Amino acid sequence: MSTEASTTPATLHGCLLGDSRGQAVLFVPKPAYMATMKKLVDDGFEMCVDLTAVDFLTHASRTLPEGVAAERFEIVVNLLSLSKRERLRVRVQVSESDPSIDSLFDLYPGTEAMEREVFDMFGISFAGHPDLTRILMPEDWQGHPLRKDFAQGRIPVQFKGAAS
Amino acid sequence: MGVVRNVLDDGLEGIDHNFLTGRIEDLVKWSRSRSSWGATFGLACCAIEMMGTGAPHYDLARFGMEVFRASPRQADIMIVAGRVSQKMAPVLRQVYDQMMEPKWVISMGVCASSGGMFNNYAIVQGVDQVVPVDVYAPGCPPTPETLIHAIETLHQLIEDGEIMRRRATSGAGANVHIQEVPAGITTPVILGSR
Amino acid sequence: MNPRESDTIVSAAAGTSEGNQELRSRSELTAKEVMREVGAVLRMSEADAALLAEVEADPGEDQTMIINMGPQHPSTHGVLRLMLELKGETVLRCKPIIGYLHTGMEKTGESLTFMQGGTNVTRMDYLSPLNNELVFSMATEKLLGIDGDIPERAVWIRMLLSELNRMSSHLLFMASNGMDIGAVSMMLYGWREREVVLRFFQKVTGLRMNHNFIRPGGVAADLPADWRDDVMSILDMLPDRLGEYDVLMTNQPIWRERLQGVGVITQAEAIALGATGPILRSTGLAWDLRRDMPYMHYDELEFDVIVGSYGDAFDRYAIRLNEIRESMRIVRQILDRVPSGDYRIQDKKVTPPPRARIDESMEALIHHFKIFTEGFKVPEGEVYVAIESPRGEIGCYIASDGSPTPYRMHVRAPSFVNVQALPHMMRGGMVADAVAVISSIDPVLGEVDR
Repeated sequence: MSTEASTTPATLHGCLLGDSRGQAVLFVPKPAYMATMKKLVDDGFEMCVDLTAVDFLTHASRTLPEGVAAERFEIVVNLLSLSKRERLRVRVQVSESDPSIDSLFDLYPGTEAMEREVFDMFGISFAGHPDLTRILMPEDWQGHPLRKDFAQGRIPVQFKGAAS
Repeated sequence: MGVVRNVLDDGLEGIDHNFLTGRIEDLVKWSRSRSSWGATFGLACCAIEMMGTGAPHYDLARFGMEVFRASPRQADIMIVAGRVSQKMAPVLRQVYDQMMEPKWVISMGVCASSGGMFNNYAIVQGVDQVVPVDVYAPGCPPTPETLIHAIETLHQLIEDGEIMRRRATSGAGANVHIQEVPAGITTPVILGSR
Repeated sequence: MNPRESDTIVSAAAGTSEGNQELRSRSELTAKEVMREVGAVLRMSEADAALLAEVEADPGEDQTMIINMGPQHPSTHGVLRLMLELKGETVLRCKPIIGYLHTGMEKTGESLTFMQGGTNVTRMDYLSPLNNELVFSMATEKLLGIDGDIPERAVWIRMLLSELNRMSSHLLFMASNGMDIGAVSMMLYGWREREVVLRFFQKVTGLRMNHNFIRPGGVAADLPADWRDDVMSILDMLPDRLGEYDVLMTNQPIWRERLQGVGVITQAEAIALGATGPILRSTGLAWDLRRDMPYMHYDELEFDVIVGSYGDAFDRYAIRLNEIRESMRIVRQILDRVPSGDYRIQDKKVTPPPRARIDESMEALIHHFKIFTEGFKVPEGEVYVAIESPRGEIGCYIASDGSPTPYRMHVRAPSFVNVQALPHMMRGGMVADAVAVISSIDPVLGEVDR
């Protein structure tokens, strides 16, 4: 992990390794995603516990380490090594103009449902996924609910006896 | 019905007459209310409380409701227990349509009654947008006592006959709102095992 | 040995195909090779399946049929829909279709403050609500930087409630598993036991379910004065009852026939699919976050991790039954170890002041107002915290932007990932066993769909 005093930031497999509240975070550029994940599997991260995404449309000014260009979407993959009892988080920047990334299905078959959920909620497509269809919303739903420009859909509620 | 005296004291010998008389309508209403079968429509957390109400301590069997039929053709009361999502709403309507008349709907919990705490794109804001509701039971989740109160209110309405008349005219539900009954923590659970 | 001979042997071996074989690293294997049954998942959209119904069936041909099970069905744990491809009675492929309980909780979580977040998260896995609140609170505390300052009493109360919740969740599993297999009276017994635990929760938290009791900073209120007696009465009553279940079910031939060998999953498959909890432990891997990556004070307690060997439904049932016993053991140890002290961190920015002080102090009034209307601000950052819920690893990923509401709140629900194991477990089995398999996974659709 990088400390305050060191000048060279820590890297792992050529990608920047950061620290978030004591948790290891690896910032992987999209072109190197598949290769880096394969190396991480070989390192001993047998289980992918979670794959999700964040839409930074309304928080574009988030802090990222030097050298990582901020994009609208971020794919966050949480890996777990059962043998070493370690966790690692991988963050990949995905741009709005090309919301697609490689699928981890061949490495971790458990990401099938997780990637479908990200596709359904954010509209990011996964190349190589066996069945990329909506999973939570009805199949003919328009829009991607967890994007920041999709409204929450509240209806105005009038309470009985309230002064209008 | 006809006069029945001293049954409590003397048992069957206490019946002065050998016949019980009454109107068929009353008999039908009585049996409909005392032996209604529920359709299983437990969706979320309220379903757990509904199962708890059927469980030994609260025991819906004393009200004739312990049988929950999976087939809607055999059910009378649909207790919508839980939040109804956009994907589930057509299924809800389909199951309601398959139930045979007479049928009633209890909307259990705030999510079914009004959308509850989830005022967003995913939840139907009140199951009365999809099916006509007869009794709304509030709570998140309603305590088993509240659910029993809702069921008994419905049974009373069935036995009085009001609900059938209104349904025949307008097709709407009875729209009865009940008060939530707080769970009694003073009554201990004293069910023995042997 | 003559060096020339050894060279010959070595070179001879290199010449054969065996000498050239090498173990390929795991990253080069595709999912096809890792998963034992390649075609277990039925990948067909609902529209295509509907079209199939209109195709004329040739009676001479031995066709497979695709039937739909659910979403309204008495034997599924909530609104899970399955499309099963059957050949006679054998299940070939299966596709679980979820989303019938999608509540938009992650979107709702973005508009609720961190104090209110517990009310939202607790309704995901509604059978173990305290665990949901716990993981959300732990993630919030990590972001705030106060995760090392939570008072001891609060931590021990959290552990007590979490273990009691594990017991009530597993008791409900016993009840619903029994009913799904056909032992309907088990439903009544399981609920009878669960009722006692729910009474205790009501006494402590005010509600039987969906408590919103574990909040960032500690717990919402202190335990009542006679809590030890109540917990002791639960612990005294349960062991005999669990012994009854052993007699009624575990040692019974019908139960064993129905569950042994049904819904088998191998260890490699379970790890590849991300399945955790009793499913992973039934394959023989002793992975329990309470012991392997301990949180709170689980490293100071003695308990065993129950492991199965065959990866079938019977193992999962036995694991959960014995986990109730282990949880009772943990609760017994906790009983003596809860110290006195604060039940909530004394940080005024996070913990609202006691109600009486609002009348006396202006500062207390302002803090109360700010915490309950605007909410406390959480510094920017992102964390992922995971704990062991009765169903597996439940994790909460929160990305914060410095405002009082989470920017992105995602819960890694164990049942969402475990349901992916269904097709692999059902393949080759009979359709009548489908119910037993679903029940042995113990999914809670509230957290699958969120």
